[in-house]
Amino acid sequence: MRRFALIAAPYLWLLALFLVPFAIVLKISLSDYAVSIPPYTPQFDWATGIGAFLEKLDFENFIWLSEDDLYWKAYLSSLKIALISTFMTLLVGYPIAYAMARAPEEWRATLMMLVILPFWTSFLIRVYAWMGILSNEGFLNQFLLWIGVISEPLTILNTNTAVYIGIVYTYLPFMILPIYAALERLDDSLIEAAEDLGCSRLTAFWLVTIPLSKNGIIAGCFLVFIPVIGEFVIPSLLGGSDTLMIGKVLWEEFFSNRDWPVASAVAVVLLLLLIIPIVLFQRNQQKQQEADT
Amino acid sequence: MTLKMMTTTAAFALLGSVAMAEQVRVYNWSDYIDEALLEKFETETGIELIYDVFDSNELLETKMLAGGSGYDVVVPSGTFLQRQITAGAFQKLDMSKLPNHKNMWNVVEERTEQYDPDNAYSINYMWGTTGIGVNVGKVQELLGEDAPINSLELVFNPDNMAKLGDCGVHFLDAPAEMIPAALKYIGEDPNSHDPDVIAKAESVFMAIRPYIQKFHSSEYINALANGDICVAVGWSGDILQARDRAAEAENGVTIAYHAAVEGAQMWFDQMAIPVDAPNPDAAHVFLNFIMDPQNMAAASNYVYYANGNKGSQEFLVEDVIGDPAIYPDDATLANLFTTTPYAPKVQRIVTRLWTKIKSGT
Repeated sequence: MRRFALIAAPYLWLLALFLVPFAIVLKISLSDYAVSIPPYTPQFDWATGIGAFLEKLDFENFIWLSEDDLYWKAYLSSLKIALISTFMTLLVGYPIAYAMARAPEEWRATLMMLVILPFWTSFLIRVYAWMGILSNEGFLNQFLLWIGVISEPLTILNTNTAVYIGIVYTYLPFMILPIYAALERLDDSLIEAAEDLGCSRLTAFWLVTIPLSKNGIIAGCFLVFIPVIGEFVIPSLLGGSDTLMIGKVLWEEFFSNRDWPVASAVAVVLLLLLIIPIVLFQRNQQKQQEADT
Repeated sequence: MTLKMMTTTAAFALLGSVAMAEQVRVYNWSDYIDEALLEKFETETGIELIYDVFDSNELLETKMLAGGSGYDVVVPSGTFLQRQITAGAFQKLDMSKLPNHKNMWNVVEERTEQYDPDNAYSINYMWGTTGIGVNVGKVQELLGEDAPINSLELVFNPDNMAKLGDCGVHFLDAPAEMIPAALKYIGEDPNSHDPDVIAKAESVFMAIRPYIQKFHSSEYINALANGDICVAVGWSGDILQARDRAAEAENGVTIAYHAAVEGAQMWFDQMAIPVDAPNPDAAHVFLNFIMDPQNMAAASNYVYYANGNKGSQEFLVEDVIGDPAIYPDDATLANLFTTTPYAPKVQRIVTRLWTKIKSGT
């Protein structure tokens, strides 16, 4: 009985916080836009029953999504931005995690603290700070002009470059922490053994360190990739009007178009797209746990 | 006995004063009131005023249609008001609580009736036109002395926009205003609800899209005043505010506003009370306060918009009542047009078109 309760708890959690909201969004995505409060017509009516509901079911909003290339472009562009920025975050995060794991033991707690420290300031304020840094009259341009590297200010704000900078900066800790955790557990004697057996330091890194930190890399990449696909704040503050991301499209559908049914349909498709990486991530975690025990 | 009665009365009075610590929550456009008026309202009525701002009708409508916004007074514009009334978002005004309603101006009320029949749900706060604001010096430098600064040619003709692009051009992020303007430019009915006619706006915008720096509905005030941009398509009073900020800053920037000679859109911002307002009584007190001629005049003198209050006109400064950009003469007035709300399916086409125009895809 106690065991049952223990197992039931997380499932109840999942039901209340994921499945029920998802069912509501799914229901709205099947309804029609209307001038009322709330702004859609309920398609499901208890009085007429499920039969009438199924009869009227037309997936109109999903057909609208598939017919308009804006949505596909936005999904693909989000995917591209998420892939590139995950890769860049890995490129920046791995050396940092590596250096942290190689640092003398008494420093590690402090270094860890420094990675987490930015979370003490509101995320929004940090993104606004980047607007101040990257704008045409911003600190970066003023500095570059002052040291004479450039003669005209660079346009970075309101471009995709600014979006990448913002994402890499914001999600860096999510990449560093799992990789650091993997690297810290690494047994130094394995590398020594590799070197004794004739590996150069670089080959030893490539053949021993990287494979052994694989799980950390995978965890870090998923932790960055999944939220970046639906990212809204960074592209809307740092990106230009030609930065196309599905989070922004979703916001526009909901707030500018006030079209809840289409906005819900966009959200449902986004979730379906995200389920694939989430399942892969879950599998990986499971495998790792099994390997550990 | 008397003592007991007194304590009871005191207790009730105390209860009363607790209940009197009332609040009214007002949701108005940004940069749209003289803040001294807000303090005056609190001292005069003893009602605590919570004042919030927005910069798009679309955002306001999202909140209204979601319900439970928590606001007592909101300020949608004509077509949005009409749609929200249809949706059942507002409550009818109780005229017995609005003695100052007698000050309202019939010229404006006749026009707002097309959105709110009998003006049963709303009072006019401000009205104005959507037009073109230019940094006169820079535009004349780029386009010559005879630059068409009072014409849609300036912002919709690609030849002119190509020259202005680097200097900075902002457009309102408001499809309900920009698409009618584009239709007017190509000689179509700006209030057309025909999808085929609306579609013609696309090519007008695509030809000038590369030269538009930003679509935004409030940033242009500062951007114009600071000289960061040369041209903005925006709301009359906002551009006039930019003109005055530039003049005060003495930064060498001269801003001018013109309603396009081809015809400009006239709009009305109406104060209304949401159907689920937490404190409709205080909301009526606020509306009545706003309709006081002196208060309304103070608001107009500050934000440079015309209002729908006849009584306020004697208190308006000459800069406002005498400026044809704010209170247009009869000839200009005849040249202004109004629009009506789109049906849901047409609305979807309009907003989709707007996303396409903004994102370039």
